[in-house]
Parts: sequence; structure tokens; C-alpha cells
Amino acid sequence: MNYGAIAWALAPEAILALTALAVLGMDAALARRWSVPVRWRAAVAAGVAGCLGALVWMAAADPPGRLAGGMLVLDDASRFVCQALAVLTMASLVLSIETALTEHIGEYVALMLLATVGLMLMAGAENMVLVYASLELASLSLYALAAFQRESRHGLEAALKYFLLGGMSSAFLLYGMSALYGLSGEVELSRMAPKLARLGMDPLLIVALASVVVGLGFKVAVVPFHLWAPDVYQAAPLPTAALVASGSKMASFYLLIRFMLEGFPELAGRADWRGWEGGWMPLLGMAAALSIGLGNLVALVQSSVRRLLAYSAIAHAGYALLGVMAGNAEGTAAVVYYLSTYALAVIGAFGVAGIVERNSGGDRLENFAGLWQRSPLLAACLFVFILSLAGLPPLAGFVGKFAVFAAAAGAGGGGLGLIWLIAWALGMSAVSLYYYLQVLKQAYVREAEAGRGSSAAWRVLPATRVVLLGLAVAVVLLGCFPGGVLSWLRAALGS
Amino acid sequence: MASWTIYLSFIGAALLLAVRPRDMRWVRGLALGTALAGLVLGLAAAARYPADPAAPLIVLARARWIPSLGIEYYLAADGISLTLVVLTGIASVAGVLFSWNVERRAAEYFALYLALIGGVYGVFLSFDWFLLFVFYEVAIVPKYFLIAIWGSTRREYGAMKLALYSLVGSALVLVGMLAAYGVSGGQTFNLIELARGGFSSGFQTWAFPVVFVGFAVLAGIWPLHTWAPTGHVAAPTAASMLLAGVVMKLGAYGALRVGMMLFPQGAMVWRPLFAGLGVIGILYGACVALVQRDFKFVIGYSSVSHMGFVLLGLMTLNATGVGGAVMQMFSHGIIAGLLFAVVGRMVYDRMHTRDLADLEGMALNRVLPFAGLTFAVACAASMGVPGFSGFISELLVVIGAWKAFPPLAVLAGVGIVAGAAYTLRVLQKSFFGDHPRAPVEEMGRGQGLTWPERAGAVLLMAATVVVGLYPSLLLDIIMPSLQASWMQAMLKGGQG
Repeated sequence: MNYGAIAWALAPEAILALTALAVLGMDAALARRWSVPVRWRAAVAAGVAGCLGALVWMAAADPPGRLAGGMLVLDDASRFVCQALAVLTMASLVLSIETALTEHIGEYVALMLLATVGLMLMAGAENMVLVYASLELASLSLYALAAFQRESRHGLEAALKYFLLGGMSSAFLLYGMSALYGLSGEVELSRMAPKLARLGMDPLLIVALASVVVGLGFKVAVVPFHLWAPDVYQAAPLPTAALVASGSKMASFYLLIRFMLEGFPELAGRADWRGWEGGWMPLLGMAAALSIGLGNLVALVQSSVRRLLAYSAIAHAGYALLGVMAGNAEGTAAVVYYLSTYALAVIGAFGVAGIVERNSGGDRLENFAGLWQRSPLLAACLFVFILSLAGLPPLAGFVGKFAVFAAAAGAGGGGLGLIWLIAWALGMSAVSLYYYLQVLKQAYVREAEAGRGSSAAWRVLPATRVVLLGLAVAVVLLGCFPGGVLSWLRAALGS
Repeated sequence: MASWTIYLSFIGAALLLAVRPRDMRWVRGLALGTALAGLVLGLAAAARYPADPAAPLIVLARARWIPSLGIEYYLAADGISLTLVVLTGIASVAGVLFSWNVERRAAEYFALYLALIGGVYGVFLSFDWFLLFVFYEVAIVPKYFLIAIWGSTRREYGAMKLALYSLVGSALVLVGMLAAYGVSGGQTFNLIELARGGFSSGFQTWAFPVVFVGFAVLAGIWPLHTWAPTGHVAAPTAASMLLAGVVMKLGAYGALRVGMMLFPQGAMVWRPLFAGLGVIGILYGACVALVQRDFKFVIGYSSVSHMGFVLLGLMTLNATGVGGAVMQMFSHGIIAGLLFAVVGRMVYDRMHTRDLADLEGMALNRVLPFAGLTFAVACAASMGVPGFSGFISELLVVIGAWKAFPPLAVLAGVGIVAGAAYTLRVLQKSFFGDHPRAPVEEMGRGQGLTWPERAGAVLLMAATVVVGLYPSLLLDIIMPSLQASWMQAMLKGGQG
């Protein structure tokens, strides 16, 4: 085994880990001398520099491919996910200057970076031991990040819920993976697959499969494993919630896809209308149908925008499962594209919500009233993010959703087996327009309330403006010109 | 060049939002200039059509857009598209003229207005199903905000209802589109290639109603029409003009261009049902309009009734009826614009009431003589008096229906009579009330119509009279388009 090659291949992750240590050290050394706002800026600048360094490295170096006998697979597609993760972390970091929620600045930024390292490794891990290790690195960092607001009772409750349910899901995953190892004698997904295929529908295999689906279902927050999501999205510190909603979801989905498509290709089963066969497809099909229904219906009655985004995230996870169920490279490419565009929009929406929260003291729908008077730029960005989440063209969310549904419709050689689920998803996304428009109605139609500083403009940091504007432009461009990225992803996954 | 109708509208909208001119003259000037440019481009393209009878399609732009899904950026035009492009041009110019008095958030208002227009042009000029759908959806969001911000009676409710109905319709269309993508092997969304490729009759039988109803929601098909009266009434004047005049045509156009063109056998199976719904729409809309007390609701329900003729015409599946339906789309677009302009702008903005009982005591024909003239012309056109565009289009639809379903043609004829009844009633009550409650001189003080209102009204009246006196202007470009090879499968069914 060539350690030099592994170290070279993992340089982006190493850059981020070293940056995390450097930020910790810098903040410890300077904490006494600098004021809190300066320390925030310095720490975030260092974190962003680290992310940029990792991005540049990944863009410049060829992806190393299979490493260490297949333990890690860093191909074009997983590198794409890693790059997206670095971008999402950068955006979340910059938003955290605006919220300035803690004085433990070095720790906060370092944990964000370590969580990113874990998520990036998840995207490349093929070996179940490494899968578990990277998942725990990411999860433990995120649990700690969720608990940073010690003075907020809701924040602590959310963090505890996240930790307990997350720990339980890890236990399920670990149990499933140990059973898989026991059945096949392999820890690598691609080598495990042929041996599992020979077993057929062994009872222990069914238990193992179900445990893995449960464990990963928690991470991607699909019904019925979604209970932590609304609390964490609502009460965790805003940048943490943004990272959980975007980066963590993306990496977990990518892991789920690899687990299902590489680990259990023979155990897919079918979830066709009037054509059910045992396997993971029916499990995911049920989860998708429930997530889409419950997420959208419960979001209708939310008055907190963050909670609304949480339920909409559950619905979006359901949509994305359709792409997984396509079970081919088209579906995977579509899910990756969809989740990248979703992540951009959701971070942006959280960013706007954070500014509204800081200036008006809450994230209820009424707090958004008259946003167009207070900050036309914020209102315009929110418009783009929300409509992209709602899946209206010509924004990126529409193309992503369409690609996912098209992959599901095209799977199975024109049999249209999944059309029932597609129709359900489309019907519910029509319902979802109602609650998305509730947010925009407050922001654009209503006037600012006289009590809350009336129409006085809100102060927004230049860095936040740049990030929000950049995200909005990216959402528009990815919606208008999706051809290149989609083709590239399709080619990267086709090999 | 006709593709610039789309680009110019979006450029105009973006300019207004980016620059936000303080001076109202710049805002209105920019909006009017953009709308006029679109009208001129549309007229120019229609005047040159068909350059070559053997090639009924003018390709405007064609490029690969999302190759991995087989999606093209494919803009093209035939006579049906161009008829509706011209309609959009006329309606948009008139709409800007009737929005001259919008002061609040005017730059945003006109930007949304132009974005809506751009989406509408895009739908009429797209020959790729995905692209058509994108433009179709682009039109939804501006509608919502135009009504919710600048509307009147129950504006937020009306706006949300309209947006949700639109999106439910879109969801149905998307189901059909994805299913068609799945069964056709996922190579293309090009409408002409899909029509040539053909779908199995079993697939057509269930895909046709899904797609047709999805589009027809926006055309106000009974019983999914209820968004139309509330939406029209809630909307600001220019938005009502566009909603009734142009946006409802989006639905009818989509039903024809996509639903009927791709699934002709499905249309054969389902046509008795949808033709029946069309006739119910005609009669129901007319009866409900007959008993309304609110001036604007009368016009709102009359739109449902008139769009029933479009659906009936489409479902005849013969050239006369379908051609008549396209004519009726044009004609109703102009007439609805005229009616809403009188009700919403000329009368309501001055009298601040739409209650017919109140208006009866105001002797409006003497207070606002020009508005009275305009409304009389609009009513005559709406009733289908010969010499106006409504006559020829409803006649063609009824003749087409006579070939296909004689009993329904008779009922549609009854609908024309009922249309005359509610139109005459509202004309009498609104403008020709006998007992003025106050001296005319007093009520009429400072109420003169402004030049933009007169200009807009003249434009619309001219359009309905010119087409009414010389219908060949439009029929000569509509009929050759129906001879195109990809339309023939659809028209084979309706000859009997």
C-alpha cells in the first residue's frame, strides 16, 4: 500500500483539517487581544481560505480514482460532491459572521471544517469501516455545532434530540453493516455485492438491509425518521442548520446511493404500481411517498420560516429518493444535480432568514413583512431561493426536480412503473407552492409594520451580500444553462 | 425576428428592475416602447406568413439545451402561433396604456407585466415541449404578484387561487410530459418529432385527458373555471385584460399544440366528454353572468362562456371548428381586453363602484360618452354581431360543431342567444340607466377620459372591427397551418 499516494489523494481533506487546527490555534492565541467581531472575521477568513485551497487543489489535480485497494473511490463524481461541499461550507461560514452567536469562535469554525472533512470522506468511502468513521466524524462535529447556543433552551433541546436520534441511527447503521460483514465476509461495498447476491432473500440480510436504510434514512431525514429535523432547523445556530440542511444532506444522499447501487444491486426489488417485489426499492418508495406527503402538508401550517424550510426539506428528500429509485447513472446524476441546486437555495434562504431574525427578533412569517422596503436586495435573493425551492422555472430547482423525475420515468425501459410516485410528487409540489408563496407574500406584498422600525433599511454585511447574491446568481444560471453540468455528471457517473 | 418579442420583453423587465427610474415618464415610456416593439415584430412576422405554403413552419432558433435529456431550445412559429403573438402584442400595448395611472411601485409593476408578456410570447413560439412548459410556468409568478400587490377585491385570495389552479394544471401537464418521455425512450421533447413518432393508442387514451385537462384548467374549462372570475375581479385592470385576453389562451393553445397534436387518438376517444364540458361552460357562464350584480363579475363569467366556444371548437377535430377556435381565441382576447378596460379603468377608477344597481343611477353614457361608445362596441362584438370578430369565430365554431356533434351545435347556438341576453342587460344597466340620481354635470366634473385610455380603446376596437370585416387576414394564416403534416392526424377524426 502506497501511503504517499493516499496522502497526495487526500490533500484537500488534509488542507481543511490543518486549517481547522490553525484556526483553533490562532483564535486561542489572539482571543485576549482582539474584539469579538474581528476574531469572527479572522477565523472565517482563514476557514474560507482553507476551503478555497481545497477547491483549487481538487480543480487542478486529476481525481485519483480507486485507492488502497478500493477503500476510497475518489472519481470525478465524488470529487464533484466534495467541491460542492466545500462551496457550501464557505457559504455557511460567511453567514456565521452575521449571526455571531458565540464567543468560542475558533472551536465553532474548526468544527465546521472538521464536519466538512467528514462529509467529504463520506462521499468517497467504499469501505464500510471508513464509511462509519467518516460518518461519525461529520455527525459528532454537527452535534456539537448544534449545541453552541447554551443559553437557548430550544437550542439545547434541539441539539439533544439531534444527538440522541443521530446516535440511534448510527447504531442501526453499525448493526446493519456488521450483519453485512458477517454474511459476506467483506467490508467493501463492491466486493460485497456479488456475495450477497448469491444469498438471495436471507432473513438476516433483510434485517441488515432494513437497518442500513433506517440508519441512512435518519441522516437524510425522510419520514418516518425525520423527527429531529424540524427542531434542529428551527433552533440550532443558523449556520449549523444551514450546513445540516445542505452539506450533510448531500453527502448522506450520495452515500445512500452508493450503498444501494453498489452494495445491493441485486436486492433492489420493484416498487411499480401493481408490481411490488421485496428489496430496497419498496422501502425507499414508501419513505419517498410518505416524506413528500407529510413534509408538504405539515409545512402548510407552519408559522416559523425555519420550521417551514425543515418540512419542505423532508419533502425534498422524498423527491430526491425518486432519483435513487431510478437505480441508474441518469438517476444518480440527477440526484447530485438536484441536491447541489437545492443546497444552494436552502443556504441562501437560511441566510436571509438569519438577517431577518437578527433585525426583527424572530423568524415568523410576519417578521418577513415588508422585506422589499427594508432591503430590496435581500427580498430579490429570497425570491430566487424560494421559487427555486418551489421548483419553478427557469430556476435551478426546477431543472433538478425535472431531471430526477425524468430519470425515474425513464427507468425500466418505458414501463412507467414509477409514474404513480411521480404523479404524487408533482401533485404535492403544486400544494407546496402555497406555503412558499406565503413567505414571498410577506416579503413582497405586505408593508413593513410600523412598530418594527417601520421601513428603515436593514444593515447587511458586505460579505453576506456578496454570498447571497452569488448564491442567487448561481441558482439562476444553473437553471438557465444546466446542460453542461448535467452532461458532465452523466458522463462522470457512466463509467 | 419574431423571437425578439420574447427577449425584448424580458430585457425590458430586467431594465426596469435594475434601473428603477424615478421619473414616471421613463417607466411608462420604457414599458410602452417594449410592448410596441413586440407588437410591430409580431405583425411583421404575421404579414410575411406563409412565405412558402409547402413549409408551414418558420424556424426561429434551434440549439441543443440540455442534451442529456434530449431537450432543445427550439423556437418556431406557424400561423396559429403568429395569430396569438399578434394578439399578445395588441393586448400588451393596450394593457400598458390602461395602466398609465399606476403610481405605486410602478417600476416593479411594469417589470412583472413585461415578464408575464415575455413568458406568453415564449409559450406561443416554443416547439419543444419542455421549453413551452418553462415559459408556461414563467407566466405564473408575475400573475400572482400583479394581483396580490396591485389588485382590488380579495386580492390575496384571488391571486393564490389562480396560482394554485395554474400549478395544479401544470402538475398534470408534467405527469403527461414525463410519461411521454418515459415511453418514447427519452430521446426528444421536440413536439413535431413526438407527433410524427406517435404513441400507442393505449397510452394516448390515458395521457390525453391528463395533458388536455392540465392545460384546459387555464382555459377555464368547466368545472375547473372557478379561478377565472375571482382572479379577473381581483386583478388590476391591465392584469385582468391580460388574464382573460391572453393567459386563458395559453391554456387553450397548450391543449391544442400539445394535447391534441401529440395524442390525436386519445382526443378521438375523449372528445364527446370535453366538447360537452365546453358547451356546459358556454351555457353555465352565460347563465351566471346573467344574474351578477358586480359589473366585473359579469365580464369574468362571460370569459368562461366565450372560452367554452374555444373548447368546443377544438373538440370538433375538423379544420373549420379548430380554425374557428383559434379565431375565437384571438377575438375573445381583444373583446375581453376591451370589456375589462371599460369596467376596471374607465368606470371603476372614476365611480369607485362596480355595483350595477349603483351604476344604473349614474347615467354613465352622458358622463363618460366615449366609454359608453367603447362599451357598446365591445358588447356588440361580444354578442357576435356581424362585422365584428366575434361573429365569424363563433360562426365557424358552430359550423364545425354541426359537422361533429349536431345536438351540441344547437346548444351552442342557444349559448349565443344567452350571451346576447346578459350582454344587453349589463349594457343597459351600466351605461343606459334611465334615472340619474344627480345632475349629470355634477357627476361628470373632472371625469374626462385621458389620452392613453382613448388610444388603448381605439386600438382594441380597430382590431375587432378590422378582423370582423376582413377575417381572411387571420384565416389565411391559420388555415394553412392546419394543413401541416403533424396536424393532419388530429383532423382526420372530425370529418364525419
